[in-house]
Amino acid sequence: MDNQQLKQSLSSKFDYLSDWEEPYGLLTATMPAAKNMEVLQGIFDDEALKFRFLTDLTAVHFPDRKDEELCVVYHLHNLQDNIRLRLKAYLPVEAPDIHTASALFSGANWMERETYDFFGVNFLNHSNLTRILNVDEMDYFPMRREYPMEDPTRIDKDDEMFGRS
Amino acid sequence: MRPVKYNENKKVTTADLPENVYTGEGFMTTKLDDVIGLARANSLWPLPFATSCCGIEFMATMGSNYDLARFGSERMGFTPRQCDMLLVAGTIAKKMAPILRQVYLQMAEPRWVIAIGACASSGGIFDSYSVLQGIDQVIPVDVYVPGCPPRPEGILDGVIKLQKIVKNESLRRRNAPQYKALLNEYGIQ
Repeated sequence: MDNQQLKQSLSSKFDYLSDWEEPYGLLTATMPAAKNMEVLQGIFDDEALKFRFLTDLTAVHFPDRKDEELCVVYHLHNLQDNIRLRLKAYLPVEAPDIHTASALFSGANWMERETYDFFGVNFLNHSNLTRILNVDEMDYFPMRREYPMEDPTRIDKDDEMFGRS
Repeated sequence: MRPVKYNENKKVTTADLPENVYTGEGFMTTKLDDVIGLARANSLWPLPFATSCCGIEFMATMGSNYDLARFGSERMGFTPRQCDMLLVAGTIAKKMAPILRQVYLQMAEPRWVIAIGACASSGGIFDSYSVLQGIDQVIPVDVYVPGCPPRPEGILDGVIKLQKIVKNESLRRRNAPQYKALLNEYGIQ
């Protein structure tokens, strides 16, 4: 099944998929955030599509898109027929809620914790949505693009030794 | 029972020390210091706390080409209870800092710390929110070995410098007020 056939079959099943792209040959579609589990479950169960492996789950922060700043990205793989797919779901930064995929893919558990840790995406019904790689007391989300390059208020670096910072 | 009687011999008198008298450690204690310093310096058992690339360089130092064992570090005990030299090799993240501190606290006196590499000395190339900018923010360090990563010869040079420090250290150092003040700065009892 090549990308065109895949796009046909996905559009016929889910008509709300939009923004079809193929960067570097990887078919990419955008789905509304509320319907993410519907799409993921649908392509998991479908016997022709069989996307049963979650390769990656991450997020991107676009500070310039209003009401759509955070984009959660799912990379799926059909291991038997070697087909890959990327799905994107845009979320507003004030209420970045999206359903968790950890009920369907156990690999999504820690990936969602990492996405929460770095971007602040709130995964609903996640069993343990806490910081995983950063220090627990951190109160900001490091990978968002809203911080200046040099932080003049940082206290952990010795200014004399490092000149500029 | 016979009642206890204390010596009431009043012929014992005490006198004040006259001026310009040498007060300090005597000859035998300084010689003992030297012998013990020599013994400690030539049998420093290392505790490798290797996190990343400097750990690989440390493994090379321990190998047969750049043998660390010929300097007395034959036994790499991986337990803090039995080692006297903590070798921190690699990037220490802020999340790892309390663990490093715990390992340091579990070591018995006398203990020394060598920070191997740029990341352990100062955070190195990783000027970021997640990397501890130098382990001397959490534990007192004796020798810093710069390099990214330092060559095994560089690590050996650091160990030799530590040996010089250990050889010349007085036995009273760990009880001295300056040492206690240093540990206090780190919040270590």
